[in-house]
Amino acid sequence: MGFITDRKRAAGLGSAKTGTEHHWHMMVTSVALLPLVLMFILSFGAILGSPYSEVIAYYQRPFPAMIAILTMLVGFNHFAHGARSTIEDYTGGLTRKGLIIGVNCLSYSAAAFAIFAIVRIAL
Amino acid sequence: MAAKPKKGTFMADNNQDNRPLSPFMIGQYYRPQWTSMSSIFTRITGLSLLVASLMIVWWFVAAASGPEAFATANGFITSWFGDLILFFSTWAMFYHMLFGIRHLIWDSGRMLEVDQSEMYAQAALVGSVLLTIFVVIVL
Ligand code: HEM
Repeated sequence: MGFITDRKRAAGLGSAKTGTEHHWHMMVTSVALLPLVLMFILSFGAILGSPYSEVIAYYQRPFPAMIAILTMLVGFNHFAHGARSTIEDYTGGLTRKGLIIGVNCLSYSAAAFAIFAIVRIAL
Repeated sequence: MAAKPKKGTFMADNNQDNRPLSPFMIGQYYRPQWTSMSSIFTRITGLSLLVASLMIVWWFVAAASGPEAFATANGFITSWFGDLILFFSTWAMFYHMLFGIRHLIWDSGRMLEVDQSEMYAQAALVGSVLLTIFVVIVL
């Protein structure tokens, strides 16, 4: 390995890969989450604590159901990307890959479970 | 050529002289400041929101499964422990939201002076507490 120059050794280790896209994705999901999260807190907070039949009736209405579905979809997407930044800051190698894959599995499974459940209640 | 230290793929690997690295500088080597503290708390609150999120997913899945499953999940969420999680998560959400907005403002090239950022941080901290109290009272 002694023949590789310092420049060659450093090339590709820094930033300037897909950071711009990642950053833009965080911005887009952040802006989308602003109204969504506010509406979700108000609608979910309003129905939480009610009996089963009222909860079912509430999420059969299109507006509460759509807010919940979009919040879960965009929220877990934002979380998966955000958690990835954290993982990349503190870990490397196989640990990093494993954690990123794990976080993605968890986030998209959670979103799918939630959305399937809401659609099932609504229909 | 002298033996080179092995270079890795993440920031701590290139730390050849063992100098302290961010974010493990706060407290030990660096006095806590509004800038550093508000930054790390944006991360901590964002990550911790996973707990409440998964609890809410459980609640939806239980509601879709039927009255018995719903009673279990709903009982947990409305218990004192579930309430405690939701209370702190509401604060974490407002904190993360207000400091997320600061990122969006920064990205537009505004409010980049340290004193402006610190003023925003102080106002947003108070704002996150007020919004949490508002939600607790209203809902
Ligand atoms: C109103 C809603 C939200 C806004 C405006 C927002 C904004 C942001 C912004 C701007 C970032 C990038 C921070 C940076 O570059 O350091 C970020 C990161 C992050 N967000 Fe959010 N977010 C929101 C909701 C959420 C929710 C609901 C979750 C969790 C379910 C979440 C989890 C995270 C995580 C884990 C990160 C990565 C933290 C880091 O890199 O330090 N966010 N958010």
